[in-house]
Amino acid sequence: MTEEIVIAGFGGQGVLSMGKIMAYSGMMQDMEVSWMPSYGPEMRGGTANVNVILSDERISSPILRSFDTAIILNQQSLDKFEHAVKPGGMLIYDGNGITRHPERKDITVYRIDAAEEASKLKMQKVFNMFVLGGFMKVKPILKTEYVIKGLKKSLPERYHSLIPMNEDAIKRGMELIRLKSECIG
Amino acid sequence: MEKELRLMKGNEAIAEAAIRAGADGYFGYPITPQSEILEYLMEANPQTTTGMVVLQAESEVAAINMVYGGAACGKKVMTSSSSPGISLKQEGITYIAGAELPCLIVNVVRGGPGLGTIQPAQSDYFQATKGGGHGDYHLLVLAPSSVQEMADFVELGFDLAFKYRNPVMILSDGAIGQMMEKVWLKPQKKRSEEILPWATTGKPASRPRNIITSLDLDPERQEKFNFKLIAKYREMEENEVRFEEFMTDDAEYIFVAYGTSARLCQKALQLARAEGIKAGLLRPITLFPYPKKRLNELADRVKGMLAVEMSAGQMVEDVMLSVNGKTRVSHYGRMGGMIPTPDEVLENMKSFIKG
Repeated sequence: MTEEIVIAGFGGQGVLSMGKIMAYSGMMQDMEVSWMPSYGPEMRGGTANVNVILSDERISSPILRSFDTAIILNQQSLDKFEHAVKPGGMLIYDGNGITRHPERKDITVYRIDAAEEASKLKMQKVFNMFVLGGFMKVKPILKTEYVIKGLKKSLPERYHSLIPMNEDAIKRGMELIRLKSECIG
Repeated sequence: MEKELRLMKGNEAIAEAAIRAGADGYFGYPITPQSEILEYLMEANPQTTTGMVVLQAESEVAAINMVYGGAACGKKVMTSSSSPGISLKQEGITYIAGAELPCLIVNVVRGGPGLGTIQPAQSDYFQATKGGGHGDYHLLVLAPSSVQEMADFVELGFDLAFKYRNPVMILSDGAIGQMMEKVWLKPQKKRSEEILPWATTGKPASRPRNIITSLDLDPERQEKFNFKLIAKYREMEENEVRFEEFMTDDAEYIFVAYGTSARLCQKALQLARAEGIKAGLLRPITLFPYPKKRLNELADRVKGMLAVEMSAGQMVEDVMLSVNGKTRVSHYGRMGGMIPTPDEVLENMKSFIKG
């Protein structure tokens, strides 16, 4: 099993930290992992993306141009990465602020309105955990208990009180995710 | 303390490994994409634990001269920077090589020339392996291709630097510096308290004074010293060549690549094999000394070698010198911070095979 993932969105949406938690969790599950962020001028201009690989084998190239799964959190990233999903692959996107929705028919497209739900529940801080929950539901590679362990590892101790809130967000995200074809509008 | 498994950036792994290797001092100046080394060390504040000094100097030139001073006292000292900063350090580096002092220099390479970009590149190969500063000298150059090797090569680098009394460079790039992977960290080593016989730590009555200098105005003596350096480099070529091979046993065509490019080539190799192309990969781990002999042996039985580098074609010259016309050699590279994709590398191998 090798899962090659890109996560992309605005800086501040927790793109890099979501990737980090995935990598930590994968490591806890004895997988080989790599996490390669964009650190260039594009990040300084407000968008961020990260390549995460989870695998049973030694990872060759940590830098990718095509992906099994794309997790997309804004319009620019959707425009940039929709075509980078491998045929038969998967795209998950947050509908917030999206005016041109994904169009590809040869991949499975899921929508998760995580930004809206996080804002409704006043849980914007853990917005990215709703999205992660959605991913975990439709691609069950990472187990919740290891993600929680991963959170403990990646968060400084002073934030450990927030872990239950993260866990709630993951659970809610799992309920929230829908096939795009089942969504209205 | 046991070995410890962590998820770390390459830059952070270097910093943590330096503390654990019992380094005495780090002197640096921030520059993307390697600033995490200095940041990590500042936060870890090892002065309070192992006693290691961490200092942000006023400039790269100051930092390398602090390394020169620390090394002259026989201390395990290091610095790190990225391409433009390493250019600034070259004067100090040639003095350190000329004074036969051990130290570790990390270059997390970005695109050039000039200030260039902040993205990964491998365009400092000539500078690292052929001298960089003036005069006939070499660094011993280690090229990590994973976060694990970023950590491992710190201790190895120090060991080799002291073994040969020669500066060692870890030649990395922005991709390996910035990415996170699993890394096994070694237990904490105690800092050495040994006073080395050549170190300038104050002259006791029991021995003549130690002099550390790179200056000798007598050309005959200087030439003798040059021969001594050459003998040292030959000894490195005998004992320290390191490389890794992938599927070279039955290979007809070989990728030659180091660092990030070697990782891309591993993937390109899998893709090539899936298409029935008998490809292999030789990954030089030491860039000086270079695995010349092994490439020369392989040249007897392969149909060609493709050097893949994120540069205009630098290491390819060493491949050509190694095989000395025995087989076809070509180069594929991207520049300026662009990273080739494995598919792109494979396509180039295919057109190379067609000739």
